[in-house]
Amino acid sequence: MSERLQSDFDKLVKTSKFSNEEIQFKKNFLNNFIKKGFPNRKQEDWKFLDISQIIKKNISDLSYFNDYSQSNKIDPSIFIDGLEHNKIIFTNGRIEKIDFNFEDQNKIEIIDKTKKDISFDYENSLIDLNSAFTDKVFKILIKKNYSLKKPLIIYHSTNDKIKSTNINLRLDFELGENSCLKLIDYFANNTAKNFINIFYNFNLEKDSILKNYKIDKFINNNLKYSFNNIEQDNNSVSETFILSAGSDYFKNEINCNLNGEYSSAFINGIFSLKENQQHEIRTTINHLVENTKSYQLIKSVLGKNSKSAYQGRIFVNSKAQKTDGYQLSKAILLDETSEFNAKPELEIYADDVKCSHGSASGSLNENSIFYLMSRGLNYQQSKELLINGFLMDVVEKITDVEIKNLITNIIGLKQ
Amino acid sequence: MDTREKDIEKLKDYKYGFTTDIENIKAPKGLNEEVIKFISNIKKEPQWMLDFRLKAYERLKLLKEPNWQKPKYPKIDYQDLYYYSAPKSMKDKPKSLDELDPKLLETYKKLGIPLQEQARLNGIAVDAVFDSVSVATTFKGELTKHGIIFCSMSEAIQKHPDLVKKYLGTVIPVTDHFFATLNSAVFTDGSFVYIPEGVKCPMELSTYFRINASETGQFERTLIIADKGSYVSYLEGCTAPMRDENQLHAANVELIALDDAEIKYSTVQNWYPGDENGKGGIYNFVTKRGLCKGNNSKISWTQVETGSAITWKYPSCILKGDNSIGEFYSIAITNNHQKADTGTKMIHLGKNTKSKIISKGISAGFSDMTYRGLVDINSKAKNSNNYTQCDSLLMGNKCGAHTVPYIKNKNFDSNIAHEATTSKISEDQLHYCQQRGLNPEEAVGLIVNGFCKEVLQQLPMEFAVEAQKLVGISLEGSVG
Repeated sequence: MSERLQSDFDKLVKTSKFSNEEIQFKKNFLNNFIKKGFPNRKQEDWKFLDISQIIKKNISDLSYFNDYSQSNKIDPSIFIDGLEHNKIIFTNGRIEKIDFNFEDQNKIEIIDKTKKDISFDYENSLIDLNSAFTDKVFKILIKKNYSLKKPLIIYHSTNDKIKSTNINLRLDFELGENSCLKLIDYFANNTAKNFINIFYNFNLEKDSILKNYKIDKFINNNLKYSFNNIEQDNNSVSETFILSAGSDYFKNEINCNLNGEYSSAFINGIFSLKENQQHEIRTTINHLVENTKSYQLIKSVLGKNSKSAYQGRIFVNSKAQKTDGYQLSKAILLDETSEFNAKPELEIYADDVKCSHGSASGSLNENSIFYLMSRGLNYQQSKELLINGFLMDVVEKITDVEIKNLITNIIGLKQ
Repeated sequence: MDTREKDIEKLKDYKYGFTTDIENIKAPKGLNEEVIKFISNIKKEPQWMLDFRLKAYERLKLLKEPNWQKPKYPKIDYQDLYYYSAPKSMKDKPKSLDELDPKLLETYKKLGIPLQEQARLNGIAVDAVFDSVSVATTFKGELTKHGIIFCSMSEAIQKHPDLVKKYLGTVIPVTDHFFATLNSAVFTDGSFVYIPEGVKCPMELSTYFRINASETGQFERTLIIADKGSYVSYLEGCTAPMRDENQLHAANVELIALDDAEIKYSTVQNWYPGDENGKGGIYNFVTKRGLCKGNNSKISWTQVETGSAITWKYPSCILKGDNSIGEFYSIAITNNHQKADTGTKMIHLGKNTKSKIISKGISAGFSDMTYRGLVDINSKAKNSNNYTQCDSLLMGNKCGAHTVPYIKNKNFDSNIAHEATTSKISEDQLHYCQQRGLNPEEAVGLIVNGFCKEVLQQLPMEFAVEAQKLVGISLEGSVG
């Protein structure tokens, strides 16, 4: 594997216009990755779903080289209708378009970030892989007191021109004081058997609001990994919604540092899995100062041979008195072969806190089905209605009405 | 304060901290084949037992000490320990209690464990283990009448080799993790219980463990077999003298319940926890595992963990038989610099199996407490149920309380429910109690006892009173 990595890396350096400093940075990350390799089940965070095995089984050998000097054609058919929005389009890992047409151009700055340092501690080798092979990293800065008029949709697309089987992409966001960004990640993959590795960095300043919706709806044979690092200052709010349904494998990881008082983080997720899909959400919420709040709700509906895992961790520093932390995960297993794993973890060093978690899993309630059937629905309809209600609970948590309606339609739920 | 006064002061905190001055026979220091042969030889063990030990030792050489646990400890030098230590007077085993060394009897009297059968009022049969050997077992006659075998492990190896051979190592195989394998290689004594078919054990059985000698590790092995339709309630208590060094206690406990049998295993663990600066104390690294082998069997673990510098154990149930039930009730209290990483594993293999976990953790001072548990419902365990509740109480902001549950559901007919909360004693409750005339310490004691009630009421009467007092003592000085 290491020869392949090295030669693909050399090709990347040859075809792109990185500065010497950048190349040096990337080299370090590459060496780190070669040393660590892909994570496997021996590491606690990868215990439930072993990505190195999954890659081996689904793709066998990965290739890493993508020619970022060549632009790709944008396929407009992937765009979402019925909602005016700003766009960032990734095709095969390359940013093809950044379009903030609905916004005041003076309030948004796009910085071609040269320095690729990572400001937090991590053990995760996939971040090394990402940092070694990404194209130019852009930083999007929303200036003080500006709320975006329309949501921003990031399209993640691939087409048959793709050369490598591994795609790495990264974006950084900085939300200035009292600003607001609504961000939708939308996956539209036309290729199969790719491993897509996404890394976002968010910096939320005082009073800012971030709403991030990740939508992976359409069935595809790709493997995806997404890592969000969120740093939050005083009174900031982050809201993350994850729909995890389309890919063969999808692991969403969120690391959220509540650095400022009265900051809060909300994470809501839906797993809706069918044949042979394996998905995971792993969250780490670090309550570092007083009066911070976090809330997590994860629901799974699991079909044949599917497997979902939820690893949630709430950490409360000894300084972080008056913390309010909550995790709830629920799962419905529809088939004998479906499997649900959870590890809701609390690590608490302060005494004046309110932290709790709950987890429940099982089959659909036969009594409820009986009730609905006695009202004239057939078995299938009753089942669908119950699942609809089960999932609607999570969608209801979305605070933006327009996006809530959009997501309800995309999932195909009834209100 | 001169040293003597200090010592008296110390004794007040941990009243079992005395040592008994008694002559010992020890195995040579260190861990090697010779020492294992020495232990086997001194106990006059048959060849198959020695083979069992050597097999475990071979395996041990390949194993590494685990290090995923939360409480870290300085590396233990396994070559710097005595693996066998016995009072000299035990060399020629006394035939009855009258021949027992009076010093030993004295020790157990101090501990409040009456070995003389006159203390019949208590109505509990006791097996007392002193360092590496079992010194006395009471009420033998009464038990024999019912066909119950209750004796030390060494005696069982001699007298009931078939039973031992059949069941030893079936729940905790010699190839298990590091500490369990270490125990398999060097275990010295422990209790053996066999309840024959259809017998309901007429009294509580109990083992009392005491570490006396310094630089020794205690490696006892307990094996309890409940044959078809039988019932037994078993209690275990532990203490150790106060020493500045850390001592290792790595026991293995195996329970086997056949069809319709029930085993109730209660522990009050009060090993020496170290002084208030965290110096000394016992490392309590114990492997306890129960196998519900037969249909409709039941195993229930109850533990009150107040002692030890580090407690690291997970009493588990393997629910193999259909309709079998596993229960786990636990109170763990850590104060000063104590650390605990404890919980349970419920492994559901049979149909209609049920398990229930109630865990209460209280941490005070500079201590650190982790609940770690696994609920695993296998794909064949149709219609199984688990309910888990783990609550933590924090006193002060220098301590930590953590919950790490692992939940695996591979069966769509089965339900798992898990709840956990972490909080502190509410000001309102304290205020209410103080208004009624209790001082803050009494108020905390009352509230904590209420918090633990669900577990305490699972204990047999005699233990419950002791445990309740222990809860109060363990938290002394942590309020205000």
